[in-house]
Amino acid sequence: MREITSQQKVREVVEKYGGVCEKLVQILLELQEISGQNFISKEVALTVAEEMGLPLSKVYDVITFYSMFSVEPKGRHIIEVCKSAPCHVNRPQSVVNMFESALGIRMGETTPDKTFTLQHSSCFGACDISPAIKIGDEIYGNLTEDKVLEIINSYREGYRNVNRS
Amino acid sequence: MNMINIVIDNKRLTVPEGTTILEAAEKVGIKIPTLCNHTDQTVKANCRICLVEVKGSKKLSAACATPVWEGAEIVTSSKSARDARKTVLELILADHAQDCLNCIRNGSCELQKLSMEFVICEPSFDNIAKELPIDDSNPSIVRNPSKCIRCGRCLEVCHDVQSIGTISTAHRSDEYVISTAFNMPLDQSACVYCGQCSLVCPVGAIYEKNDVDRVWESIDNPNMHVIVQTAPAVRVSLGEEFGMEPGSIVTGKMVAALRRLGFDRVFDTDFTADLTVIEEGYELIGRLRNGGKLPMITSCSPGWINFIEKFYPDQLEHLSSCKSPQQMFGALAKTYYAQRAGINPKDIFVVSIMPCTAKKYESTRSQMYSSGYRDVDAVLTTRELSRMLKLAGVDFRNIEPEEFDAPLGISTGAGVIFGASGGVMEAALRTVYEVLTEKELDKIDFESVRGLEGIKEATVYINDMPVKVAVANGLKNARLIAERIKRGKCDYTFIEIMCCPGGCIGGGGQPHTTTNKAREKRIGATYTEDKGMKLRKSHENPAIKELYKEFLHEPNGHLSHKLLHTTYRHRKHIK
Amino acid sequence: MSIEAKLLSANFDRIIPDSLEDYKRFGGYNGLKKAMNMRPEQIIEEIKLSKLMGRGGAAYPTGIKWEQAHEVKKFPKYVVCNADEGEPGTLKDKYVMDKDPYKLIEGMTIAAYLLGAREGYIYVRGEYKKSQEILRGAIKNAVNANYLGENILGSDFSFDLEVISGAGAYVCGENSALVESSEGRAGRPRMKPPFIKISGFRGMPTLLNNVETFASVPVIMDIGGEEYASYGTDYSGGTKLITLSGNVVNKGVFEVPFGITLREIIYELGEGIANGRKLKMIQMGGSSGACFSEELLDTPLCYKTAKAKGLSLGSGAILVIDDSNCVVDFAKCITEFFLHESCGKCTPCREGNRQLAKILDKFAKGKASKKDYVSIDRISNAMTNGSFCGLGQTAATALTTSLKFFKEEFDAHIYGRCLTDCCSMSEGEE
Repeated sequence: MREITSQQKVREVVEKYGGVCEKLVQILLELQEISGQNFISKEVALTVAEEMGLPLSKVYDVITFYSMFSVEPKGRHIIEVCKSAPCHVNRPQSVVNMFESALGIRMGETTPDKTFTLQHSSCFGACDISPAIKIGDEIYGNLTEDKVLEIINSYREGYRNVNRS
Repeated sequence: MNMINIVIDNKRLTVPEGTTILEAAEKVGIKIPTLCNHTDQTVKANCRICLVEVKGSKKLSAACATPVWEGAEIVTSSKSARDARKTVLELILADHAQDCLNCIRNGSCELQKLSMEFVICEPSFDNIAKELPIDDSNPSIVRNPSKCIRCGRCLEVCHDVQSIGTISTAHRSDEYVISTAFNMPLDQSACVYCGQCSLVCPVGAIYEKNDVDRVWESIDNPNMHVIVQTAPAVRVSLGEEFGMEPGSIVTGKMVAALRRLGFDRVFDTDFTADLTVIEEGYELIGRLRNGGKLPMITSCSPGWINFIEKFYPDQLEHLSSCKSPQQMFGALAKTYYAQRAGINPKDIFVVSIMPCTAKKYESTRSQMYSSGYRDVDAVLTTRELSRMLKLAGVDFRNIEPEEFDAPLGISTGAGVIFGASGGVMEAALRTVYEVLTEKELDKIDFESVRGLEGIKEATVYINDMPVKVAVANGLKNARLIAERIKRGKCDYTFIEIMCCPGGCIGGGGQPHTTTNKAREKRIGATYTEDKGMKLRKSHENPAIKELYKEFLHEPNGHLSHKLLHTTYRHRKHIK
Repeated sequence: MSIEAKLLSANFDRIIPDSLEDYKRFGGYNGLKKAMNMRPEQIIEEIKLSKLMGRGGAAYPTGIKWEQAHEVKKFPKYVVCNADEGEPGTLKDKYVMDKDPYKLIEGMTIAAYLLGAREGYIYVRGEYKKSQEILRGAIKNAVNANYLGENILGSDFSFDLEVISGAGAYVCGENSALVESSEGRAGRPRMKPPFIKISGFRGMPTLLNNVETFASVPVIMDIGGEEYASYGTDYSGGTKLITLSGNVVNKGVFEVPFGITLREIIYELGEGIANGRKLKMIQMGGSSGACFSEELLDTPLCYKTAKAKGLSLGSGAILVIDDSNCVVDFAKCITEFFLHESCGKCTPCREGNRQLAKILDKFAKGKASKKDYVSIDRISNAMTNGSFCGLGQTAATALTTSLKFFKEEFDAHIYGRCLTDCCSMSEGEE
């Protein structure tokens, strides 16, 4: 599977950061990004631990501590719906409902084609357009049903020309 | 040193700068409750059971972690401190299995003791403990994460003392756990089964695998000839399980108690410790004469063997091929002893009493069937033996001492000191020196290799040749030695390595009273026992001489190699 | 919009963010140039005069903090910026980084010059990847123009700046957790003492300030401490970036002088409550801040006045909640946030948040009883007074303060009624 990051690739990334323990979080962020499935596999973690001379348990600690990391494969795109207070008072459930029906999955699930994972998130600083969602580095707010469909299609089709606010 | 004036519980006190509230309170006779705190470890301050009030602050201070300052007025049991502590304790209990009566630590649990002191009669909060799977994947150690209170003592030992790091904190908040990577079972991890984690665990979250029932079964079986061997380090620690002071020597009581339990013969691992000295000594002499791999490193400690097999497998040639005294004993019990006693070895059940959890694993290794049977059938830790004795109602403090059985119970002071770090080295030097020089040693005490220090060195002149030796205890120190060998910067001839701090007297199967202070006292007791022995050099042991004469014929001979030596495996794992 | 001020935000939307030329055209780097001609005591004095206080939430006087950092005689020293803006309802640091990144960079450079630091780090939360890219670009430009790197502006002062990404953990906003995370580990707070100022990043003395704090320094150096202070109140000098969110018409980030009232902020800048609803509750300072009712709306924005009323400005987040929302449901949302974000290390925070979430769930399902108030009281006290770090110490604030102002709504839930129909009041799905 092309999504699986090869040992060689892991070594390259570790090397890029000089292999220093201080860069572990940065290294894992990059490895997760190139995984294609937004996760750090056991094999990748093991190679990282070996290359950096760290106990695997410490690498696992870092992966499981930060909410942006996952040890389970996820969709290529993660749709995050903010559930923090500023969005909460603007009824994010309606947004969740729109995505659930548009994608045919429930909160926390991944589409069968592994394109999207729908999950909750803590505040990511888009309170000015709440209730807000985040896909990768992009933030979208003031959502309507049409806009939700438009956003989803833009990721499906691989282009993103959606008005974001 | 700067002195600081404080008032604590209405008493004026002057203490050195840096003194914590916990320490200051002790000086005025107040023992503040603690849980994550451990006398040999760094301050963690995560359990928050030691909260106290400092006047002028609404926030409470963790007594273990707060150094006092000039003019501080501390009330250790103010209402807000008492309330907060009780809430903290009840919060821990609400996330803890409510089955003290079914727990291995019933009676020795620090959380249970606190509940008693706080007089918790009725739960205030809903119990929200999650039932997590128990890991009993290996022969040595059991982990029950449902009982874990996340104090972090085990992982400090695993990372900072033993440099293994098989367990770590993981996840956060209500999922925060102490776990192996990817929650894999210990037998798939880098764990070396040293059991130091089980020694510091305040509750029933990590403990030794229970082999007591198998031992009772064998005793109950009238067709089974059940013999027991006791490791040197057990005689100086077992008393602590019965409220005796650390460092109490209870050799004779232990022998008597084992007879009361119904063992057919009570033998001594010290006997095969003496044998190890001969076999290992001759192996060293052989390597010196034939240009063999040096430095040679001892192989008595199964935690160390696991470590080198998993972390430094390319250094296996440095290991002595000698089995540990436990396994030499097992192999001889089912051959030499069986022949002498006229018993079919299949009807012999060999039990060892060990200060060690890794010994359980060691006895299951495929190389440890050289008698044609499993050489050692069951290994009990010091803690398990104490449980057997308590079940049998043995009045240990008052039992009359008895002697070991012959011949596998005859030993010298050299065998005794195997229990302490440096002991194997000292015992070996006493013999190797005399064999090589054919002269008697003027002074047989090699004090420079004794004690708790991590790495000890000595140079011994044998026939005017300087021989550099080193002794390491604790795997962090073992790693330092291995790194030196890796870099080719290791000019020692002979190295003793013990997995556990202080050697076997500080082993992972020892009583929960084990602290560095207790270790020091047990070391002291070990050398007292040695001094009191009639014979103190292994090669003078008459039973060993007889063994060679009648059975083995010569050190490192054909039969020795079959029964007393072993091989090692490459098990590289970085987990 | 006369009540807005334009000091820190003057460049917002008027310059191309990563254009150094633009930045310089509007007075950029005047502050650094001035500072480099001042003695250390003068720089510290100027900051003290400005009455600038830490804008991350703790409001420690910046002048004193920098003075202490300057007095530490251990090297190397590090200058680290806390850009882990995780407090829900806060996006002002993001505005600074996205719209005027050089201001932050200049502020950190001034700090480094004062302390003799050679290296600095900006720890940006992982969710702000775009801000990280903008900062990296700006840093590169500053290096090329000799405002960073070797021999800055021809002097013997050299300073390198690097961006570190977080990976999603609110607790990393706590300074020692941020340092742990910067060193590549799980961001669980460290024990103090030793304090970060003595033993921080890589175990060395570290000056750690929030984005807004650092970014305010070039302004202060440029216009002078006294002039800066004059914008605010006697106690709280200068201006504050606030983030207005929730049920107001005009949400967003605004720069305001200290001293204006919450009423002015909500009804003038925020243009009042959206959808014709009525104001019910305000939460100030983010999810760790206090909740209160309309009666405190005339409180002026000032650290001292707020404290006197049991409030804290915190990060400057002002969350407006209208009367369609249920206080119990809101408190539950906040508690679940902390339950998600607690690092788990200490008992009161780990177990306390779990228990509180469970109790609030009972309220939302109509299953709570008066006895639960006792539990809330005991648990929140233990958390507030006994937790390891600021997260646990403030996690129960929203609950305890909303209970103070809206007890009757909690009571109604005990009797099985949710006045807003936000709570399901049944065992089924919420």
